[in-house]
Amino acid sequence: MAAFILISSLKVLVVFSVFMLIVAYLSYVERRVVARFQTRIGPNRVGPAGLLQPIADAIKLLTKEEVFPANANRIMFVLAPILSLIPALLIMSVIPFGDSLTLFGQRIDLIISDLNVGILFVFAVTSLGVYGIVMAGWSSNSKYSLLGALRSSAQMISYEVSYGLSIIGVLMMAGTLNLMEIVKSQANLFDWYIFKQPLGFLIFSVCGIAETNRAPFDLPEAETELVAGYHTEYSSMKFGMFFMAEYAHMLNVSAIVTTLFLGGWQGPWLPPVVWFLLKVSVFLFGYIWLRATLPRFRYDQLMSFGWKFLLPLALLNIFATGIFMYL
Amino acid sequence: MVPLNYYLILSALLFAIGVVGVLINRNAIVVFMSIEIMLNAVNLSLIAFSQFRGSPVGQVIVFLVMAVAAAEAAVGLAIILVIHRSRESINVDEVNLMKW
Amino acid sequence: MTLTIFLILALVSVLSSILVITQKNSVISALYLIVTLGSQAVLYFLLGATFIGVLQIIVYAGAIMVLFLFVIMLLNLKRDEFGPDQKKGQRVLAFLFTLFLAVEILAALKIGFSDGGTPAGAVLNPASGSPSEVARSLFIDFLYPFEIVSILLLVAILGVVVLVKKRF
Repeated sequence: MAAFILISSLKVLVVFSVFMLIVAYLSYVERRVVARFQTRIGPNRVGPAGLLQPIADAIKLLTKEEVFPANANRIMFVLAPILSLIPALLIMSVIPFGDSLTLFGQRIDLIISDLNVGILFVFAVTSLGVYGIVMAGWSSNSKYSLLGALRSSAQMISYEVSYGLSIIGVLMMAGTLNLMEIVKSQANLFDWYIFKQPLGFLIFSVCGIAETNRAPFDLPEAETELVAGYHTEYSSMKFGMFFMAEYAHMLNVSAIVTTLFLGGWQGPWLPPVVWFLLKVSVFLFGYIWLRATLPRFRYDQLMSFGWKFLLPLALLNIFATGIFMYL
Repeated sequence: MVPLNYYLILSALLFAIGVVGVLINRNAIVVFMSIEIMLNAVNLSLIAFSQFRGSPVGQVIVFLVMAVAAAEAAVGLAIILVIHRSRESINVDEVNLMKW
Repeated sequence: MTLTIFLILALVSVLSSILVITQKNSVISALYLIVTLGSQAVLYFLLGATFIGVLQIIVYAGAIMVLFLFVIMLLNLKRDEFGPDQKKGQRVLAFLFTLFLAVEILAALKIGFSDGGTPAGAVLNPASGSPSEVARSLFIDFLYPFEIVSILLLVAILGVVVLVKKRF
């Protein structure tokens, strides 16, 4: 029992620190990459090649003045960014990073919590992410925030449906909801589900991008629309938490795509954790590439795309996979 | 080890709280929320029985109850929206045009 | 150990459901209801019903409560706009009758279990909570109700869309 608690706490500590480090430096990487796409350089003054930029950003955010809108519900106003960040952090507890190690005679699985319903846990926690946005919009007592929040949450719950349906093909082929087992069933290169379920991969990626409110689906929070959507009234570290929550969600979606479609930590020669990080970085680069390249969807285009195109396509995918598996 | 009794007592307690909520609230939405509390109490006892018997039938029933509760919440809230549109208030005491 | 967790969860559910029905602001009631539903889900996990526990969070806490919150925010209710009781002593009578109901239910449980088959000796079997067991039962024994519930959901969606349209 004591060994279990010790090992789990160690895993949580390591995963949390690495995760937060990646989230912080993701903002820096994004700014540099988007800058290169736009033939400029990006932040390179703070520290060597601009590497201390996230720290400078954090210090700036921490020292800004805290603004509370008049007649805003204080408790909910402060709770909303926390409710936005916590689901993003929780998802990392079921992602497998590598095969099991054997240290000091103990077998350690490189996954914090090996749930038998792992993938369903991911969806449950994703659904809870909507509350941070809804509460942020409502408690700010401002029309822009409320409208932005309602739009953003409507977008998130619409794309959640196709998000869930698109991976049912993978679950049918793997035969299990356990994430560790799904990774283990992709042992060879051509067993990866991206080759067996290309449509599922595409739908899942698109829905993942829509879930995280990133371009081209970032209408509810883009700077040129609706002032800034649900985080109009937020300043200093509360805004920082929303910011971190968005990057954390990006990282989560990339990690889940890697686990389900790209073979998780499987790969020759290099250690499993390195393969995992490599695959996650490839997908994150794709995210940033899309942001730099594509224009934004209009809200009604966004909603009709999610309901009238992606949902029937996901259902068709399940149907086709079922027929294919039966034959 | 938690005996089955405890789950059933908790379920009865939650059900009673739901009934009190329906009876004393005038806000139609809070009445709906109390109905959801009652449904949850029943779900809890169904699952407790299902697990203690080792049969998944109780859980299948809970699955179907959840689906029905979702449908009922959607239709009920739509009705509340329409009532609000026509009389600007959702106080259940005022929706009494059919009272003798 | 499980007993401690159970007692904490029971306390949280009962307290938050009492708070649901006594708040004046409906948004705060909805948030307390989310807490109640979440603690219910953890109780299901404690019983070993992992599939239904996760489903509770996805369906109830993640979808139905979002619907409630949307409707409350769209209606834009003011706080405390509900006046005193229409009939005197209505609340006292409600409490009294519910107390009778609770006592009746507990008595029925006690009498129902007093002739052998007592729950005190029942043993928890967590294996029947896995998704494969539930799915097997759902799609083999309960296929007919499953299909009917899907038609019911379709009818509910159509009903909502028709009800809320302003003009045909």
